[in-house]
Amino acid sequence: MTTSTEPGPPASTGAVQVRNLRIELVRDGTDVVDGIVIDVVAGEVLGLVGESGSGKTTVGMALMGYTRPGGHVVGGDVLIDGHDVRKMALGELRRLRGGTVAYIPQDPGTALNPALRIGRQLSEMLEAHMGSTGEQERDARVREALEEVALPATDDFLKRYSHQLSGGQQQRVAIAMAFACRPHVIVCDEPTTGLDVTTQARVLQTIRELCQDHQVAALYVSHDLAVVAELADKVAVMYAGRIVERGPREVMFSQPRHPYTRRLLRAVPDLEGKRPIEGIPGHAPLPGHRPQGCFFEPRCLHAVARCRETFPEAVQYEPGHWVCCYRADDTPKDGPVLASGRGEAPASSGEVVLSAEKLDARYLRRQTLFDINLAVARNECLALVGESGSGKTTLARCISGLHHTYTGTVKLGEAALAQRARQRSAEARQRIQYIFQNPYASLNPRRTIGQTIARQLALFDPGSGRDRGARVEQCLERVALSARAADRYPDQLSGGERQRVAIARALAAEPWVLVCDEITSALDVSVQAAIVELLAELRKQTGLSILFITHNLALIRTIADRVSVMTGGRIVETGRINEVFEAPKADYTRQLLANTPTIEAALGHNGHGA
Amino acid sequence: MSKFLIRRIIFGILTLFLVSIVVFAATQALPGNAARAILGRSATPERVAALTAQLHLNQSVASQYGHWLGGVLSGNLGISAATQQSVAHLIAGRLANSAFLVLVAAIVALPLSIGLGVWMAVKRDRPADHVLSMTTLVLAALPEFVIGIVLVVLLATNVAHVFPAVSLVPPGEHAWDEPSVVVLPAATLVIAVTPYISRIMRASMVEVLESDYVTMARLKGLSNRVVIWRHAVPNAIVPAIQVSALQLAYMAGGVVVIEFVFSYPGMGAQLVDSVANRDVPVVQALTIIIAAVYVILNLLADLATILVTPRLRTAGR
Repeated sequence: MTTSTEPGPPASTGAVQVRNLRIELVRDGTDVVDGIVIDVVAGEVLGLVGESGSGKTTVGMALMGYTRPGGHVVGGDVLIDGHDVRKMALGELRRLRGGTVAYIPQDPGTALNPALRIGRQLSEMLEAHMGSTGEQERDARVREALEEVALPATDDFLKRYSHQLSGGQQQRVAIAMAFACRPHVIVCDEPTTGLDVTTQARVLQTIRELCQDHQVAALYVSHDLAVVAELADKVAVMYAGRIVERGPREVMFSQPRHPYTRRLLRAVPDLEGKRPIEGIPGHAPLPGHRPQGCFFEPRCLHAVARCRETFPEAVQYEPGHWVCCYRADDTPKDGPVLASGRGEAPASSGEVVLSAEKLDARYLRRQTLFDINLAVARNECLALVGESGSGKTTLARCISGLHHTYTGTVKLGEAALAQRARQRSAEARQRIQYIFQNPYASLNPRRTIGQTIARQLALFDPGSGRDRGARVEQCLERVALSARAADRYPDQLSGGERQRVAIARALAAEPWVLVCDEITSALDVSVQAAIVELLAELRKQTGLSILFITHNLALIRTIADRVSVMTGGRIVETGRINEVFEAPKADYTRQLLANTPTIEAALGHNGHGA
Repeated sequence: MSKFLIRRIIFGILTLFLVSIVVFAATQALPGNAARAILGRSATPERVAALTAQLHLNQSVASQYGHWLGGVLSGNLGISAATQQSVAHLIAGRLANSAFLVLVAAIVALPLSIGLGVWMAVKRDRPADHVLSMTTLVLAALPEFVIGIVLVVLLATNVAHVFPAVSLVPPGEHAWDEPSVVVLPAATLVIAVTPYISRIMRASMVEVLESDYVTMARLKGLSNRVVIWRHAVPNAIVPAIQVSALQLAYMAGGVVVIEFVFSYPGMGAQLVDSVANRDVPVVQALTIIIAAVYVILNLLADLATILVTPRLRTAGR
């Protein structure tokens, strides 16, 4: 181990060199990010990893001399090709943005202008940066840019508006736009979030090839460690506005030293199913609420007195591997992060509690589900996996009686249920509980958490009137929330806490089956892991059955007993989880598995294998 | 899109039809005999009977309505009860004057309020924005006749005698033959409608300036002018279009008060006179025309909205 401190002023000719960048809120000088150090050379990809609110997008945009309204850069250097972005005049900055440093947005659906044709949005980029070229030349370049991302370079396509494209096509247009002026640096801001794995795999492939072909230095901002493991040469991990650890990819994934990095890796679901996933209790401190010492200290299992006093400086342990932690020498001793034993799932009894038979559903005049058969046994977790538009949510809504234009039978135990929830018996409605994807929208903002849960108790257990306060507390306790949460309103809780409340509300009805519709997809990976842990625990304690709907294959490997794979409104394969993952029978399942990025596979292939 | 348009036009015609029934019913509900009201108390029963026959007042209500509607559809708006001239002839010149006034006001007010709205949004929360926001709020709160009188005091009488306080137009001539008479009434209209449109434009522009696609446009290195006018304004203008249509339609009806203040020879002044004279055919004709302006302007606003919103324009493709 070498204990050298930060490198001095950059001497090399890296495309991106950031030194001690500090960005504050204009309002009160609260730091958003501080002490940021980044080095990327041409042809290299740096993965900047962090959970929501960690400041990773702020850092990404700072490379373009841009801060979102309300923030400003107050210290440090941002050098692009050796030129300090902070010293640039407005005209120079304009040439930098899009010309030297290009940006690929997180959500192209909202980042492409709805009022302008695709062709216009591409050509204006060239107009701004290659002013002297003629119109014909620009047109040729636009078509070339589209071809590079495997989009049709036809007049028809150029005349389209963004709403006429699929999500994958929109992201390709954004990529074509970014590469159009041959930038030296690309900032990718979670460009595959919200895309299906198949589309994601293609988009990542495109970005990778373009970066290699044109020797572009890329900053890839993401919360998805698996994607970063596949794509990046170097990784930097951000927590609460600081880079807490950075280093070459292999070192970062095989010998992570910062406790946060290690916990984060353990929260990532493993497609191989070799290790359980673990959440990180607590949540990251927001700007202005950060502790005096190490920001991770309140959640850290290794913290010592010193950690509470001052924020640790970055220290180099292996070549290029810098860690901000006083315990970085000791943490590896707490065991390997990746492969380890797998937790046992409780065995199910085989008695079927919920089933669907020969279910066909239509939406307006279009048939969306075809001949669906499935059964969930007592205490079983059946995963329903598929990409967007596969019909998995429609199926869940049919089962819950929220979507009623279907034929076929849904049975609770032996009893066939009516199509509409309101025609079903109170018992049937009570025993099947639905948890929605977005905990921000599924809780009534005008009711306290206690009122929300008390309402559910009153509905299904009218006798519980007198000791309802105590019952509410019990419900919150089951989802590991403190009784104090009862007096809060939803907007005072974090996303993970809200989803726990939604689960508590469902459990208050004492259901037999929980229908969980993508309940972790809006959450950070550490929070997702905690929710998944909670569900597994509840299942063990109460004998609950779960229908777990998701697009995330790796996630179900750790929690489900069986899986049904859906595409195009049909179930193409159903089987025990290990059998389906190890010997998939349907082509579609094989394709899904191949396209799902995993840390293990990325490191195993030891390179950019796709 | 054409399907949508046809549907809107049919609805527009239906609206006008309903308005015609309401207008007719309302004039029917006026107390007393219209013929007697027109002729006054001293009229002989013979004269009243003659006028009653002339106005078809002795027929059933439905037949009277049918007769009137048939006339309107064939362009015959009837005979003014007060002057015995054809209504069309009576109001044509007045209508042209009003249309000229509203047109002048619109040509100034629309670009002005859009520009002000954009500027306020760009300067959001800076002093310029606060001052303009307050000013427009105060102006929006003032009734038009107050604005009109203040303008007269400032520009036509006590302070500076630049424009005529009363918009006199000799009979047989039009307002555009003597443009100075339009300035003050038009300025009053502009001041009356600009606050609404500019405040709406500011609000939607503020929202659009925070959108991802505007951030994206900035990160593409486009100039501020291009970001604002090409990327932001087309997406922010729809609410302003809708409010503009309502305001223009309001001008067409609300011009009554302003024309009265300036004695401007438009349809507003005519309407006031006709109501005073119980000149039912003229009142009916003017009301239907004002209603038609409402319907047509809203139709145009919907059309403009579709034209600037590709998602609507390409629907059904």
